[in-house]
Amino acid sequence: MIVNEQVAIDHGLKKDEYAKICELLKRTPNITELGIFSAMWNEHCSYKSSRLHLKKLPTKGKQVIQGPGENAGVIDIGGDDAIVFKIESHNHPSYIEPYQGAATGVGGIMRDVFTMGARPIANLNSIHFGSPQHKKTKNLLRGVVHGIGGYGNCMGVPTIAGQTNFDSSYNGNILVNAMTLGLVKKDKIFYSKAAGLNKPVIYVGSKTGRDGIHGASMASASFDEKIEEKKPTVQVGDPFTEKLLLEACLELMAGDSIIAIQDMGAAGLTSSSIEMASKGNLGIEINLNMVPCREANMTPYEIMLSESQERMLIVLESGKEEDAKKIFDKWDLDFAVIGKTTKSKKIELYFNEEKVSDIPVNTLVENSPMYDRKWKKAKLPKKNKIKKEDLKNLKIIDVLKKVLSHPNVCSKEWIWQQYDHTVMGDTIQKPGGDSGVVRVHGTDKAVAASVDSSAVYCWAHPLTGGKQVVCESFRNLISVGAKPVAITNCLNFGSPENQENMGEFVECVQGIGEAAEYLKFPVVSGNVSFYNQTKDEGIKPTPSIGGVGLIKDYKKMITMDFKEVDNIVLVIGKTEGHIDQSLFARNILDEKNGPPPEINLFNEKNNGETLLKLIDSGLIKSAHDVSIGGIITAVSKMCIKGNKGINLKKPKYLINEIEYFFAEDQGRYIIEVSKNSLKKVSDLLNKNAVHYDELGMINEDQLFINDKTKVSIDELRTSNTSWLTNYLSK
Amino acid sequence: MKSSVITFPGSNCDRDMDVALKKFGFKNKMVWHDDTELPKSDLVVLPGGFSYGDYLRCGSMASKSKIMKSVINFATSGGMVMGICNGFQILVETGLVPGVLLRNKYLEFICKNVFVKINNKHNTYFKDIENDVLEFHIAHNEGNYFCTNDQLKEIEDNEQVAINYCDKEGSIQEKFNPNGSIKNIAGIFNKKKNVLGMMPHPERMIDPALSGEDGSLFFNNLINNLK
Repeated sequence: MIVNEQVAIDHGLKKDEYAKICELLKRTPNITELGIFSAMWNEHCSYKSSRLHLKKLPTKGKQVIQGPGENAGVIDIGGDDAIVFKIESHNHPSYIEPYQGAATGVGGIMRDVFTMGARPIANLNSIHFGSPQHKKTKNLLRGVVHGIGGYGNCMGVPTIAGQTNFDSSYNGNILVNAMTLGLVKKDKIFYSKAAGLNKPVIYVGSKTGRDGIHGASMASASFDEKIEEKKPTVQVGDPFTEKLLLEACLELMAGDSIIAIQDMGAAGLTSSSIEMASKGNLGIEINLNMVPCREANMTPYEIMLSESQERMLIVLESGKEEDAKKIFDKWDLDFAVIGKTTKSKKIELYFNEEKVSDIPVNTLVENSPMYDRKWKKAKLPKKNKIKKEDLKNLKIIDVLKKVLSHPNVCSKEWIWQQYDHTVMGDTIQKPGGDSGVVRVHGTDKAVAASVDSSAVYCWAHPLTGGKQVVCESFRNLISVGAKPVAITNCLNFGSPENQENMGEFVECVQGIGEAAEYLKFPVVSGNVSFYNQTKDEGIKPTPSIGGVGLIKDYKKMITMDFKEVDNIVLVIGKTEGHIDQSLFARNILDEKNGPPPEINLFNEKNNGETLLKLIDSGLIKSAHDVSIGGIITAVSKMCIKGNKGINLKKPKYLINEIEYFFAEDQGRYIIEVSKNSLKKVSDLLNKNAVHYDELGMINEDQLFINDKTKVSIDELRTSNTSWLTNYLSK
Repeated sequence: MKSSVITFPGSNCDRDMDVALKKFGFKNKMVWHDDTELPKSDLVVLPGGFSYGDYLRCGSMASKSKIMKSVINFATSGGMVMGICNGFQILVETGLVPGVLLRNKYLEFICKNVFVKINNKHNTYFKDIENDVLEFHIAHNEGNYFCTNDQLKEIEDNEQVAINYCDKEGSIQEKFNPNGSIKNIAGIFNKKKNVLGMMPHPERMIDPALSGEDGSLFFNNLINNLK
């Protein structure tokens, strides 16, 4: 096939990018080379629109062992132990083929983690769908949930937490973000930097097929009406093979024969070989005839661009091939020496004794395009004046029931019951709480993790929204008694070529950076997904933040369910009555304008750290952060989980009852304390200048509001649990 | 007491079972599916997971693996063999216990705590357990136990039903049946009651910090009965 500008454009490259390739090579590339360039230079692999901005994120910290740039980030959790973690998107494929798209998303992120030598110990996910009424939503939801379960369950890794949201902006572009945490010994972390000359380059895992060719390019473009035709670009997952690959890799890693290892994810053999060579400042020579292929007559182009799953590339110490092969034979996996490291600093590929590619590594990596895209700054919207008459006619219990049964608030048990969340025998906090928690096997330590996003806030004001998501993650970890350590981010946005969308990205990243810096909650890994867009319609900006925290003594972990009748319930943090962009304003008042709640990072940090001290001293019986739906929603969930009631009393503030209970002011937590420790707790809060209100006392089974109105907890539970099952059974 | 846990390609509860057995005093060995001989054992466990990816029929490939010949010989000569979840599916495929395990009635994987009623305590597994109802944990996609009417009659006549899904009080009703199993059957014995297959995972219930502690009751009782 003759390569020209049109062929390059068909590969998703721009005219000037093609010209640059010809200039760098000082010739026209052949079709295999063009394929390689298009794979390395697409948005998904090159981060060409985002790199400039991502550089500004804080990535260092006392506990950070490895920040962004590797397969995943690594943090120190004391002793010999470290946690490897990352979140990644699989949005485009999941819309086209929900089961396989979601399944391979989970498979891909687990590979990123065990590539570094860590055994995966927990999975999380953040999934976003269109309006429940949209004709595709139900099937997409079912397919994605089955796909996530199908892969994770088979791998034997518990899925401990997640988030599911619905919003019409995802009608044409759903989001599937998968996160994995792995456990590794600090001195046994593996990296992707090749080293040494003439070292064997080994291919292990599944055979290469024609699936997923151009997957990364597909994920770097907007959708149009022909999207169904892209089905072949979706990879097909085989969790059984991945389980074998995991065990075989960990067995090989126990020895000392691996120099570098890299999983074949997006852009398969192309990106894995180039990344290893680039990091090691070396060349790699591959004989493509040696690559195990599933199908006959595969071309070099297809072999290099296939995104077949469950494959790894390893640079081995010379002379260790036989020992390594034995391990992969034991696990019935392919093992092939396909090439060697060279000093050429080029990617040299041979096929049928002919050289089919000869590209200097730096042209693919350092010289890849980087854009300073134009972007528009968002203005802070004006506050709405809420009319008192609008509130007067509302019955608080009716509103509460509506809020509890809202698709974004309701119980997601139907979903997480389909995920094995208890395998590995260390899950001490299951899905449905503020964070999932697993013990560090055989120790007193535990690791908490949560994944959060607040697309509505980010849409209303990206800078504030970006800060808010990080704070929400911080709060979810604190609420279970974990000290927040670091985050991973999955940045889901529309087209970077659109100035508004690009502005949303830039300002969300800025917000994330400011909050992460202030809270000492650095970003250690992540992924960017642009072009979540169908024609001109982009999604609401949706950065997902995966937070990880540490609990030194797992017995001190707490949960959100109310524990005991007659205990006292407080809310930490000041309630100003911020209604704009709240679930209440958007869904009950039908008011979609206005600014999101303000973030005060000083209060955020102070409130969180003070609560953590209280939990550590054993003074807190249960805790839950206040998020969408406000105080009364948070309290109701604690009642439902604990099967207890409460006599709620609004403090004598100037604001209205409804505003007090449904406002979404930030930095707040609900806590339960026993009567005996109330003084100690309030003294400590006062000493640290943390504002708190007393909300009331726990009772058997009713929710009273100011002694006037009441509702049974069973009734609230029905509101909270029935929406999703009813929706899916129709 | 000596135990052996068999690891098949795709087993994923093998470590959990190893941890549980050791916690309650067993000297446990992990045995690879490709081995031919069983170490000397008082108990052999086929753990949960997705042996061979469950790609053909759950448990069917594993039931033909090399080590299973020795396991079958061990069982037929009266040795104690317990299959949990995928292990139960493997036992069914070997014919050591009767019946089959179909896809769950509502076609979805289920992971949650359930209550089971002990139907028969005249055996080494459940003898001397004080409780009649245990809180166990299930996590499976194919746990819908099914057999023919003739088989069912034979199973019931021989008191081969080990445990049934029930509520907290031990009431066995369809509404407490998580997967559509015939007669709420969660676990069954072979005729001699030395082989037990069950869907619930007692090894996930061995610590107050986990889903519960009734697994501890089960294992403590089991090792005492074996002594």
